Amino acid sequence: MDRMPPWADAVLVPLFSLVLAAILSALVILAIGESPTQAFWLMVDGALMRSAGWGYTLYYATNFIFTGLCVAVAFHARMFNIGGEGQAMIGGLGVALACLFIPFPHWIIALLFVTVAAGVFGAAWALIPAYLQATRGSHIVITTIMFNFIAAAVLNYFLVNLLRPPGSMDPATANFPEATHLPTFQEMFSTAETTLFRGSPANVTFFLAIAACVVVWYLIWRTRLGYEIRAFGHSETAARYAGISPVRITVVSMLISGALAGMMALNTTMGEAERLVMNATEGAGFIGIAVALMGRSHPVGVFLAALLFGFLYQGGAELALWTDIPRELIVVIQALVILFTGALDNMVRMPLEKIFLSLRRKEA
Amino acid sequence: MTDTPAIELKGISKAFGPVQANKDISIRVMPGTIHGIIGENGAGKSTLMSILYGFYKADKGEIFIRGKKTEIPDSQAAIAAGIGMVFQHFKLVQNFTVLENVILGAEDGALLRPSLAKARDVLKHLADEYELQVAPEALIENLSVGHQQRVEILKALYREADILILDEPTGVLTPAEADHLFRILDNLRKEGKTIILITHKLREIMEITDTVSVMRRGEMTATVNTSETDPAQLAELMVGRKVLLRVDKKPAEPKQVVLEVENLRRTDSKGVERLKGISLHVRAGEILGIAGVAGNGQSELLEVLGGYADATGSIRINGEEIDLTGKHSDGQSRRARGIAHVPEDRQHEGLIMPFGAWENLVFGYHHDPEYQSGMLMDNAGIREEAAGKMERFDVRPPNPALAARNFSGGNQQKLVLAREIERNPDLLLVGQPTRGVDIGAIEFIHQRILQLRDAGKAILLVSVELDEILSMSDRIAVMFDGQIMGERLPEETDQAELGLLMAGVTEQTDKPAIDAINEQLEAKLAREEARNG
Amino acid sequence: MDYLTLLQILDSTIRLSIPLLLACLAGLFSERAGIFDIGLEGKMLMSAFFSAAVAFTTGSVWIGLLAGILASMSMSAIHGLASITFRGNQLISGVAINFLAAGMTVLIAQDWFRQGGRTPSLEGSARFQELTLPFADALRGVPIFGPLYADLISGHSILVYIGFAVVPLSWWVLYRTRFGLRLRAVGEAPEAVDTAGVSVIGLRFAAVAICGVLCGLAGAYLATGLQAGFVKDMTAGRGFIALAALIFSKWRPWYALSACLLFGLLQAVALRYQSIDLGGFVIPVQFMDALPYILTVVILAGFVGKAIPPRAGGEPYVKER
Repeated sequence: MDRMPPWADAVLVPLFSLVLAAILSALVILAIGESPTQAFWLMVDGALMRSAGWGYTLYYATNFIFTGLCVAVAFHARMFNIGGEGQAMIGGLGVALACLFIPFPHWIIALLFVTVAAGVFGAAWALIPAYLQATRGSHIVITTIMFNFIAAAVLNYFLVNLLRPPGSMDPATANFPEATHLPTFQEMFSTAETTLFRGSPANVTFFLAIAACVVVWYLIWRTRLGYEIRAFGHSETAARYAGISPVRITVVSMLISGALAGMMALNTTMGEAERLVMNATEGAGFIGIAVALMGRSHPVGVFLAALLFGFLYQGGAELALWTDIPRELIVVIQALVILFTGALDNMVRMPLEKIFLSLRRKEA
Repeated sequence: MTDTPAIELKGISKAFGPVQANKDISIRVMPGTIHGIIGENGAGKSTLMSILYGFYKADKGEIFIRGKKTEIPDSQAAIAAGIGMVFQHFKLVQNFTVLENVILGAEDGALLRPSLAKARDVLKHLADEYELQVAPEALIENLSVGHQQRVEILKALYREADILILDEPTGVLTPAEADHLFRILDNLRKEGKTIILITHKLREIMEITDTVSVMRRGEMTATVNTSETDPAQLAELMVGRKVLLRVDKKPAEPKQVVLEVENLRRTDSKGVERLKGISLHVRAGEILGIAGVAGNGQSELLEVLGGYADATGSIRINGEEIDLTGKHSDGQSRRARGIAHVPEDRQHEGLIMPFGAWENLVFGYHHDPEYQSGMLMDNAGIREEAAGKMERFDVRPPNPALAARNFSGGNQQKLVLAREIERNPDLLLVGQPTRGVDIGAIEFIHQRILQLRDAGKAILLVSVELDEILSMSDRIAVMFDGQIMGERLPEETDQAELGLLMAGVTEQTDKPAIDAINEQLEAKLAREEARNG
Repeated sequence: MDYLTLLQILDSTIRLSIPLLLACLAGLFSERAGIFDIGLEGKMLMSAFFSAAVAFTTGSVWIGLLAGILASMSMSAIHGLASITFRGNQLISGVAINFLAAGMTVLIAQDWFRQGGRTPSLEGSARFQELTLPFADALRGVPIFGPLYADLISGHSILVYIGFAVVPLSWWVLYRTRFGLRLRAVGEAPEAVDTAGVSVIGLRFAAVAICGVLCGLAGAYLATGLQAGFVKDMTAGRGFIALAALIFSKWRPWYALSACLLFGLLQAVALRYQSIDLGGFVIPVQFMDALPYILTVVILAGFVGKAIPPRAGGEPYVKER
């Protein structure tokens, strides 16, 4: 028998890690002379108590859903895609090119086309590392890290040398045409009497992210391809026995992963900034790692973890506004979550397993 | 010779969970002798030696070295007690030189130069004394397997070991290399070293040892003087007089040839030829049993037939040639040809351990249209079918959602069998169908395989269990060193004869074949010597 | 390009190479022992902050250096705990360390100095001063050699000279000492080390600790030598360029020196020129920025001289029968 029931592994281990991360963060806040409880309520107040706060929380969550799914899909094939950041940058380039150079009549058509563009650009950026891993054995972690930096250089080149409007000093594209404007939550949900989500960047892309969760769920657990990805991820020898091609699965799952990362750019570039700027990704590609680890690579888990990180991001911004705690507190929490759910996984799991074993012995 | 044994074990027991790997084992080995320990795979030989080398702690029992009770909690203690071990899988640093490997952990000071100089002298001395010639500056990765093994022996001698344990030392050697090894061991014995030789090869025991202990299922069944025994007796002690599993079996009614293999050859990634021209055929309605000691090419044969290893030669199924390399040589295309495969290693090949039973029951056939519904997999249908399969194959607990790793070995095997047999294939490849399977399930598994035969299907059965081969097969082919040594009918042979064939001992039959192999190997070795020398 | 410009570029190459070199050698010790480390960036950053902060507070750059090294080593300890003791994923641990450093440095900087996540500027003895080698001024007038000696070879902080000295030292330790032999062995075949009666865990922790010390030097150089104080994210990807250099050098000390000098040169050139005109064909500066990474991918792909990492790298050691 398993040492722990599956639900415990899926729920308790991440929860425990989160609690550990929270305790350590509270200590950090104490150490810099602030009150952890006060900080927490400030975060809740700023992120969840007003619709505008939710508007930001969900905006950030949208990014993290896409990048979290990106890392999660690769994890299922037992690959660690650190390249979400670069894939999202290049995805952003796809978004910008499509928005700027295709005269879209309406935002719905634009969204459809631009989604494809973002996905294709993101996937293309994952293709070379995937291919090299599959056929030449180049470690995908290292190649995707390198591709993040190369992506930054490529983006920089495009923005500074090619797409910058004449006369502008800012390394960014021109504003996108009006027709590509995506409805924000404020426009969608405000009524004549009450304005909801005032000024917040959450937009229709959030629903696309939810759709992506559903699609990924179907892909991983209901399709033949997902079956093969999971089988390959668990055992390459068994996959060979069953006639599943390792090269094909490696490349295909990385393409999907890259496409998901690329789609994150829809939210930041098309939804929020409405032009492509240099640092559009803001590290969301890396937060995807924490989100996927915490969400146990399951779309539902990724969704919840992304909401949590959305809350942390918005709450962190509020903290920085009202207290002396800088936004970087969130980076620390993110690091601790990655550490406990990813690298020190065994440290968290072992005591839990012992508890379950002793419980079972008592029953028996 | 004194009366004090160089090494004496008293009542050693060791369990891993419910498995009793060693049960009350006692041995005495006198100095200046070679003591053989023989037994089948999984008999507990390696566990015993790991205890002696400090890798495991025995649950019970005592170890005496030269008459003195000795605790061996780790490898360091074993080395200090004068024990040297040559593992089956060498513990060498591949991109280090011979010298560097020899001094690793036994350096004389913080700087390498003096240690290396000393080792160079010692090695020269040892080389002359024991025929242990190795180029001291050569990198391990450039050495032949035989030379690498010499480095392992040199490592032990450099640490002044006078008790040397060799675990299956010839498993990776060519016959000529093995002969050289035995000369080395003989020299060591003459110098008063004590040697423990672990092997499952009868020929080696007879050739080199002074005394021999036989292990079976964790127990020491006998210790005899080698001069007072013979291979037949040892074979019997090794395998035990297990009651032949009674298999109700109608006489076979072989029909047309289903599988035809001709001159199948396969070379592995290290350039070693694993299959050396295999030819065989299997007819509909019969079971061809492949007997042999593990590691003589049976696994490779199954991999090639199952489509996940490249080979040369020809394979015909129902008279049609199939691809042995390239795009149309994979598990999928084999299955499409009506070949089903119960692999030897169900945990790493046959099943995805974290997958539920229901998902495992379509593994390899998940492309089948009947398991799809539109763009998705028909999970409801697969679950339903799984429940039926599990019932028909008596898988317990009959819970399709349970992950494969949570079933017992026997029930895991039933899952694989259910999947493969219910496809109603023309040819069923079966590897080690009852390895790690409890008695109750064994009979069931045998019955299912026989039913398939009686339904007019061809079956190729690979097993290291002689009993199983004898009771199940309609014809028996014995494999040794990538070759078929001969074919026998089960009613016209016995364990002793098969055991000798499995050990590569051919009295009169098929003699020219083995000579040819040996000649080839000698020639190859000579080439290697020339290259390394 | 005249001689003086060339000297200036080379001078800047040396300054920019040193943090890469120290971090690269740090990674070399860790990875040679079988512990992959993509957390070089984080360790450097940690050290950069603490060395600058403590140097500012105490007024002594040497105490600052010590603090930087200790901070970097504490990150190493976490990495060791995760990847050696708890047999966790070394890559994920490295990622976590990078974020931990990125967050903690700013958090503490803000708490201590309230200058938006930076330290105040370092002055005087709180900073490593440029050393003038003997006769540098006297020889300046000698044609060719004079400026070379006075401007390029002389006039760097002590850490630059230490950085270059670490190269032969690393080589000597790795290839000429017992410790080096065992360290290399544990990254290739830990089972060989284990059966020889030597502790795998002890060796790996030692390697990770050395990695911490060298990353500490690298970070301290950034904040107290190259620049006068810590600013947020001041490592700016140098840890990853060092990682690239490590692969490029195939995990060997002397090659690491050349790789780091090459990558340092690329940085120096990119810093000085916005683009390079090669007779009508313009190489954009971004290409120069990306070149180290592109070269590393090419090497990794094995099209030009395959880079083979230590065989046991990335795998926690589990004793088998």
